[in-house]
Amino acid sequence: MTSTFFQYLFAGISQGSLYALLAVGMVIVYNTTGLINFAHGEFMVLGALISSTLAVFLPIPLAIIIGVIFTAIFSGIIEIIFLRKFKNFNVLKMIIITIGISILLKDVFHHIWGTDYYSLPYFTGDKGTSFSLFGAYFSPQVLWVIAMATLSIIILSIFFKKSKTGLAMRAASLNPRAARLCGISTSRMITLSFIISGALAATAGAFISPISGICFDSGSYLSVKAFAAAIIGGLGSFYGAVIGGIIIGVLESFSLYILPANYIDIIATSSILIILFFKPAGLFNKKILQNLKEF
Amino acid sequence: MNRRVIFSFLILGIFGLIQVSCNKSSNDTVNIGAIVALTGPASFLGGPQVKTLKMLEEKINNSGGINGKKLNIIIKDSQGQAAKAISFARQLIEENSVLAIIGPSTSGETLQIKNICQKMKVPLLSMAAAEKIVNPISSYIFKVAPKDSHVARRILEYMKKQNFKKIAVLTSNTGFGNEGKRQLTKLAKEYKIDIIISEVYDKKATDLTGIITKIKSKEIDAIVNWSIVPAQSLIAKTMKQLKLNKPLFQSHGFGNIKYAISAGAPGNGTIFPCSRIFIAKQLPVDHPQRKVILDYISDYTKKYNEPISTFGGHAYDSLTMIVKVITDGATNRQMIQQAIENLHDFPGTAGIFNFTAKDHNGLSIDCLALHIVKDQQFELLPE
Repeated sequence: MTSTFFQYLFAGISQGSLYALLAVGMVIVYNTTGLINFAHGEFMVLGALISSTLAVFLPIPLAIIIGVIFTAIFSGIIEIIFLRKFKNFNVLKMIIITIGISILLKDVFHHIWGTDYYSLPYFTGDKGTSFSLFGAYFSPQVLWVIAMATLSIIILSIFFKKSKTGLAMRAASLNPRAARLCGISTSRMITLSFIISGALAATAGAFISPISGICFDSGSYLSVKAFAAAIIGGLGSFYGAVIGGIIIGVLESFSLYILPANYIDIIATSSILIILFFKPAGLFNKKILQNLKEF
Repeated sequence: MNRRVIFSFLILGIFGLIQVSCNKSSNDTVNIGAIVALTGPASFLGGPQVKTLKMLEEKINNSGGINGKKLNIIIKDSQGQAAKAISFARQLIEENSVLAIIGPSTSGETLQIKNICQKMKVPLLSMAAAEKIVNPISSYIFKVAPKDSHVARRILEYMKKQNFKKIAVLTSNTGFGNEGKRQLTKLAKEYKIDIIISEVYDKKATDLTGIITKIKSKEIDAIVNWSIVPAQSLIAKTMKQLKLNKPLFQSHGFGNIKYAISAGAPGNGTIFPCSRIFIAKQLPVDHPQRKVILDYISDYTKKYNEPISTFGGHAYDSLTMIVKVITDGATNRQMIQQAIENLHDFPGTAGIFNFTAKDHNGLSIDCLALHIVKDQQFELLPE
């Protein structure tokens, strides 16, 4: 009985770390621009597709690094082309623009990569290896995902608390006018936030691809879950997004005790509604001010 | 402003007329419609189907067409969505005046456009598997994929021989998966097999560890998975990782080697019923299907450099049937419908077709053979 419990728990944590990582990327963009980037899932897909394609003739770590760097730069370019000029639009219009970008990117991926599912080889072992902990079995790839998520969050925390650029980004998001007066270029900070967010998404995509396989339209499904995670944690709260992601992952996993498997998506989508009805600031924001953005 | 509006409407009107006139069937082309799930979760079905149709169209036109007329296949990508299938069906029938429609790729879509095609009296050769497509019979609706009940029987028959008494059934929440679940549930009692646990997963699911965990906690002898999505491969991998070492059976939805390759080593040992398309070389020389299948394999692999699948085979069968009846004299929709209903001993990739007014599927249970995955290849299972 307990081994089943741990099996569900680990499955939940591994899916949850994926959602957490994507949610963090969304929150970073939200904090600097005030908008939700609905094309975020597409950056995850792009990172996975590029790494998988390169991994055929390059060593895996190199393929991943190139995929991540390319997606990060691509993400910044998308911001410059589509969003920088329109900063004076209201947030709703900008969000719709990101939805448009998501549709456009999906089509581009379809043309380049077709409808096949792509994945990197498992980093350690192969499709069948697993090891057990407390009687629960899982693939070593799951540990890679959790480790990568943890490492990324630690690096980001240090970046935002200690480095000059990180502090500049926080300044630009809390009070753009004052930041500009201090000589910080807010538009550059925005582009940088897209670059970081793109890099995070691409890494997540590359690491998760051996487990689930990524195809050109895998992005939307996960974008919704990431969005739910970000909302649960409180939009704007970095750590909230992480915990929100894990919560959704674990809830989905344990819901199998009572719900048929094809209904588990209800968890993510209904949690958005529940949080918005009862605690709109999210679980981890003490003030109900929408402007509280804390890294 | 007014002038601009009038002018734009004029331009649009002219474009519209050009569109319509281009697609109207002229006396020297034969227009056939095809609704295929080229993209979306059923793309493993639609992809090979579109490739097969285009390949055959080119081959036929290069050897003079059908009785001298050019064959024009109008292909629409439904993305596996019933709503799109419906609107494309209307478009093909009303605007393009097609003589017949091939497809759709999935059962869900077919069941939605069945009534339109029957009402408009347009022959529909569906490439999907659900039995409801031809039961109850609608005179203009045919299907070329093997019957679900035959597939289920093949699996249950084999399980009975192996003395499996308790099984787990996994299906996806698609028309195909739901039909499979229905068939297995209905027929299991006949073979004295108990379905201990039955789970339905979302067609877009990317992680099935939760479900496999749930199954692992039960006492079962074997697992059957019935779906057409990439999750088919995921199940084998997850079972291996969670050390669930029970025999895994798949439906004929597994009939694309990409699923076996994607499952890797954990996929070895998977058993599933399917047509003889993969083992044609092992057929006796005078078997009517042998030449048909081997020709298809060599043309397709030469042109596209990828292995064939049963799904592409369905496209091959539907098109060659239509071409045959038109070559033999059918010139309008009603004649095509009559001719197909009277088709006997027609060798296709899926089997030997014998249509009648009461049987719009034409395939018997013998057209299915049990296959086993070995080293990521499909082999005949010695029974």
